[in-house]
Amino acid sequence: MASVPYPLDKGRGAAAKRAYSWTRFAHEWVLTVDHKQLGLMYIIIALLFFVASGLQAAVIRAQLMYPDNHLVSPQAFNRMFTMHGTTMVFFVGMPFIAGLANYLIPLMIGARDMAFPRLNALGFWLTLFGGILLYSSYFAWAGMAGQGSAPDVGWFAYAPLTEKAFSPGTSTDFWILSIIMSSTGSTITAINVLATALCLRTEGMTLARMPLFVWMFCVVAFQILVALPPLTAAQVMLLLDRFLGAHFFDTRASGDAVLWQHFFWLFGHPEVYILMIPGFASVTEIIPVFSRKPIFGRAAMIGASVSIGLISLGVWAHHMYTVGLPSKANIFFAVSTMLVGVPTGIKIFNWTATMWGGRIRFQTPMLFCIAFLFQFLIAGLTGIMLAVAPFDWQLGDSYFVVAHFHYTLIGGLLCTLFAAVYYWFPKATGKMLSERLGKWHFWLLMIGFHVTFDPLHFAGLLGMPRRIYTYPPGRGWEGFNYFASWGVVIQAAGIAFFVWNVVDSLWRGRKAGNDPWDAWTLEWSTTSPPPEYNFAVAPIVRSSRPLWDLKHPEDPDWKYEQS
Amino acid sequence: MLQFRLLGAFLFFSATVTAQPTHAIGNIFKPLATPAELVSELSILTLVICAAVFLVVAALLAYAVIRFGYREGDSRSEPPQVYGSNQVEIAWTVVPILIVFVLAMSTARITSAVQDQRIPKDAVNVTVIGHQWWWEFRYPDLKIITANELHVPLSTASQRKLTYLTLLSADVAHGFWVPQLAGKTDVIPNRTNRMWIDPKEAGVYLGNCSEYCGTQHAKMELRVVVDTPENFEKWVAQEQQRAPAAESADNQRAFLRSGCIACHTVTGTPALGRLGPDLTHLMSRETIAATEVPMNANTLRDWIKDPQRLKPGNKMPTIKLSDTQLDQMVAYLTTLQ
Repeated sequence: MASVPYPLDKGRGAAAKRAYSWTRFAHEWVLTVDHKQLGLMYIIIALLFFVASGLQAAVIRAQLMYPDNHLVSPQAFNRMFTMHGTTMVFFVGMPFIAGLANYLIPLMIGARDMAFPRLNALGFWLTLFGGILLYSSYFAWAGMAGQGSAPDVGWFAYAPLTEKAFSPGTSTDFWILSIIMSSTGSTITAINVLATALCLRTEGMTLARMPLFVWMFCVVAFQILVALPPLTAAQVMLLLDRFLGAHFFDTRASGDAVLWQHFFWLFGHPEVYILMIPGFASVTEIIPVFSRKPIFGRAAMIGASVSIGLISLGVWAHHMYTVGLPSKANIFFAVSTMLVGVPTGIKIFNWTATMWGGRIRFQTPMLFCIAFLFQFLIAGLTGIMLAVAPFDWQLGDSYFVVAHFHYTLIGGLLCTLFAAVYYWFPKATGKMLSERLGKWHFWLLMIGFHVTFDPLHFAGLLGMPRRIYTYPPGRGWEGFNYFASWGVVIQAAGIAFFVWNVVDSLWRGRKAGNDPWDAWTLEWSTTSPPPEYNFAVAPIVRSSRPLWDLKHPEDPDWKYEQS
Repeated sequence: MLQFRLLGAFLFFSATVTAQPTHAIGNIFKPLATPAELVSELSILTLVICAAVFLVVAALLAYAVIRFGYREGDSRSEPPQVYGSNQVEIAWTVVPILIVFVLAMSTARITSAVQDQRIPKDAVNVTVIGHQWWWEFRYPDLKIITANELHVPLSTASQRKLTYLTLLSADVAHGFWVPQLAGKTDVIPNRTNRMWIDPKEAGVYLGNCSEYCGTQHAKMELRVVVDTPENFEKWVAQEQQRAPAAESADNQRAFLRSGCIACHTVTGTPALGRLGPDLTHLMSRETIAATEVPMNANTLRDWIKDPQRLKPGNKMPTIKLSDTQLDQMVAYLTTLQ
């Protein structure tokens, strides 16, 4: 039997009981370069923007509940979906995954902090101020419709609608600048993640033993580094168009509207995986722990993640089947898109196989993971339908697409993020979230989600285009929209239970202890919450499940793992 | 109430075809032209494959979740630790690749069948021009210009007749989408896109602009009227005529002097504006302003009085007119059959 390589950390929590003062507040919330504090701050702003953006979605659904409804003006509606999309992608999704990366990667690889703590803080503040800039557009003057307020060009802002001729005023400029800021923040995070994972792993943690969570975040970081520069470049070009009379996308001066689409989707499609893979990463940590088995096919999971990372860089034009590309180009992108389904399928099979033969504990994090598996399966299959170029000629830009990507992002991503919150909340706060409230949250959110988004597939199949502020009766869309709108109420109730759960648990939650889930990765070896610099003694790792080795000295993993 | 609407929607699918049926519900699985039929066939194949995959994988998942769930009284010890299996990994890599192969081949076939179709010489050519927020249709060979309602001839088994659309945009990107006739094609400024249809049933087909194009993207409805060959010829003859001589010079003057002519054309008069729809045969159209509002003297009067009420944000300005002027103008416009 190997000797215990490092002690379970007893922590230095006593140091945290200093008197509270303004300077301490500033150090904790403004000047901090601590990866855990920044990670939590990222997640807090993500949740705040999530609520704002959720309210926008509620307005959208309220307007579409009945045909010929005039709850809000067309201009206001167009702002709603533009702000909803932009916020959810850039100020909810991206900060949330940056928060997970920041909080967990150093803990999982036994490091004291991220590789570049100050850069890390810069990334956070760029993201936050990007978001504030976007929302301050509500107070600016003269949008596209000739009146004040937020951007209304859609989240992918197709040229030439964004040119001065069609969008006078400043709202579009707010949009451009806020996205440049937040993407710079994301790029910084990506550099930091790669440097941290490659350089700061603790003794004995080879790449082969690195947690899959960290592996997948490395893939994400790589994708961000490749995909965000085209977006930033395009935004700068658009700024030049708008302010200096450049003609990149200005079709009235021989610019090219399709060029913008190439740039945007060269970012936009990898972006979908940039958001999804962190979800996969969380699930890959949670499912094994709750099934009481190691992940099935570790090497295959790494291979699948890397191939998704690479293939996803070559699929962008599947958003452009209708712009009149030659048939051969459409076929190429159809095939490359379908190929992403293969590694994604491998992952789903591996997660299933991990549960197979296990003893699955149905606690809230696992419930979200199971719902994710079913819903992501459906989202993936509707994705295959959209990959079939001719099918997409019918489905593209319809409510089918809306239903599809909400299945991916709510049924998939949001479920995994909630799974992650329930799983790591005890680590970050030292308190358990309530299982009872967690189950209310889970079931209401899931029922509401299905009531909202299942019917919208059918509205799309009956020809309902997306982004319409109203629709006439008699087109067969009324019933589906009516149900979808009620679903929002149920989802909102679910989210209310989540907020209640967080507040209530912080106040009087059960103490978590170091390792409430009986898990196997390094973050569970330190205290909850972890002390500054995480570990009293740098841990030494001999397998991909260091805590399993510690808890089962008679049957350690390193006996079975090569390398 | 709602249930009735739903019921109505479903009954509509099975409604028998009347003389001039309105295909208001753009069900993509009820195609009525070759491009939509080809797409529908491929779509059903894709759906069947996806449904099969779903059933198999969801069954495996459900079995794993139910069979291997922890129950009270189960052993608290850890289950056997299994790390993976290369054979199994290979199996679930190869099978999906085979499925992708089948789908890829079918996609390639249908994509080129629709996109690379040869256009016969006798096809009806129409230039579709997307505007913020209406459609202009020009028939270069027939010398017709009209708006919002695209008339095309029926294509029958004995007499196949293609309509060939050249898609242009006057401002921003739009999308041409009539689900029962063909998939959508974007209408992009500075770019010429093309598509074709051969409608197999007479009637009115509804569609919408499918690419977000600004404030009134929602009310940029498309109406395609498929006429029998005889009716199409009648329509062409009618549209090729100049506007009828004014019945009342006063009424015509009210129109010509009110500023409308800066944007609208009525052939044979000084009205030569090109920014808005051609009004020469205004009353031959069924609806107003690319919306569902039927065209008649009352609705026309309301529209001219305040275009921003029906379609807020649209580019037609509100002109201050007295009731007399309005009446005269409507009286003139309603003669434009």
